Amino acid sequence: MFRNQYDTDVTTWSPAGRLFQVEYAMEAVKQGSAAVGLRSKTHAVLAAVNKAASDLASHQRKLFRADQHVGVAIAGLTADGRVLSRFLRNECINHSFVYESPLPVARLVVQLADKAQVCTQRSWKRPYGVGLLVAGLDETGAHLYYNCPSGNYFEYQAFAIGSRSQAAKTFLERRFEAYDGYSREELIKDALFAIKETLQGEKLTSQLCTVAIVGEGEAFHIIDQQTIQDYIDAMELSTGGPEEEAAAEAPPSAEAQGGGEGASSEPAPMDI
Amino acid sequence: MEFQRMVDGSVSMKDSAKSEISSERTLYPYVTGTSVIGLKYKDGVILASDTAGSYGSTLRYKCVERIKQVGDHTLIGASGEISDFQEIMRYLDELILYDKMWDDGNSLGPKEVHNYLNRIMYNRRNKFNPLWNSLVLGGVKKGQKYLGTVNMIGTHYEDDHLATGFGNHLARPILRSEWREDLTFEEAVKLIEKCLLVLLYRDRSSINKFQIAKITDEGTTIYPPYALKTFWGFSHFQNPSKGAAGTW
Repeated sequence: MFRNQYDTDVTTWSPAGRLFQVEYAMEAVKQGSAAVGLRSKTHAVLAAVNKAASDLASHQRKLFRADQHVGVAIAGLTADGRVLSRFLRNECINHSFVYESPLPVARLVVQLADKAQVCTQRSWKRPYGVGLLVAGLDETGAHLYYNCPSGNYFEYQAFAIGSRSQAAKTFLERRFEAYDGYSREELIKDALFAIKETLQGEKLTSQLCTVAIVGEGEAFHIIDQQTIQDYIDAMELSTGGPEEEAAAEAPPSAEAQGGGEGASSEPAPMDI
Repeated sequence: MEFQRMVDGSVSMKDSAKSEISSERTLYPYVTGTSVIGLKYKDGVILASDTAGSYGSTLRYKCVERIKQVGDHTLIGASGEISDFQEIMRYLDELILYDKMWDDGNSLGPKEVHNYLNRIMYNRRNKFNPLWNSLVLGGVKKGQKYLGTVNMIGTHYEDDHLATGFGNHLARPILRSEWREDLTFEEAVKLIEKCLLVLLYRDRSSINKFQIAKITDEGTTIYPPYALKTFWGFSHFQNPSKGAAGTW
């Protein structure tokens, strides 16, 4: 996007009917490291890439639990994401207190979207520079939403945001139609595959990513590193390496299921 | 003495001699309803009450609907101050309205309404200005039956059968011995009528005009009021002055 005379204020329209500040905020989301979300009828999975600034540093948190039944993955300005997570937690707990019942995910995302919209219509504010993938379970089933800095929100079967998310989206587009019937294990595997797509050749390890799941009989929680590493090992055993599943083979995940259980007893073919 | 209306709706008396505004607190109810009974049965929940509004010891109003519908999934029955019940209905109708306005496939069920009401009742109690009611809330949502009660001090609980006021002392014992999980609608009505009859005989604030309401997954029905047959042929009533013959 080029600099122009209509992009200083969020309250200034361009002649073409655009709010450039809002669009620039959405650019910030594209710069953040990738996050993906997928859902079936009964479960929803979020996964995010954790890149530490240097070897000395710990990585930034990208997955937050808002309540027992809902959590978010963020991409973009993580500080904005943290603040919005606090807002989500507050809304959830307020609803629980008054109604003794979990806040329906659809209502939570509308409240979040309305909050983001306010920042697009006040001259003394700026839009939040973070995109949120909201995954949750309520009476009406499992849901996945994407909340945008613009104040828009959309429901998805599967989605990816952040840098190189297009690669993940291409992968998900090929497979999303079957997701409604997927088991929780298949969902987690596909989430890890999608994350691997965004790494563009870099080796996927459980150090590099965080995965969380919520579903029927399962509160929102982050899956521990060892379990994730086991899933990754199972994937690599059956596909024979990170580059090869990029070829048009849909079967890789079917094989990964079969190879899954044997993986932990054999040494994985990894470089040290 | 003149009356002054406060912003929150309470009224205080202002003595022209000294300009002081006393803090308002509810002291006693004026027009009251007596017991409400509720019980779960096979297909849903039934609530029953009479249609009396007493003014102290006078049976002043005889057409008071003390059981109302709240949204698609809930019924509420009230005893205590009728005007406070009307206020509660305003709160609940507003709650349901905003819930409907979301238009998003989600809806507040009886559990949520009960908890919301409990927040209101307890909050008012803490301000020493209670809504002077004991309420029974029943409902069905997605096959799940719910029956709960909440009162003016904020005490709330759920059970398979509930009552307010005198109903606790006269009706609950009957329900404890005769209630079953799988009552049909007809059996449930018979059981309720047994309880209502006892209340009619023994509660001086009750009248022989009752309303039964049921709620199932299909919907709500509030039946028109009707009377029960009473029996006065007890031997002791035959010759009332038997034990008091003579003039002294």
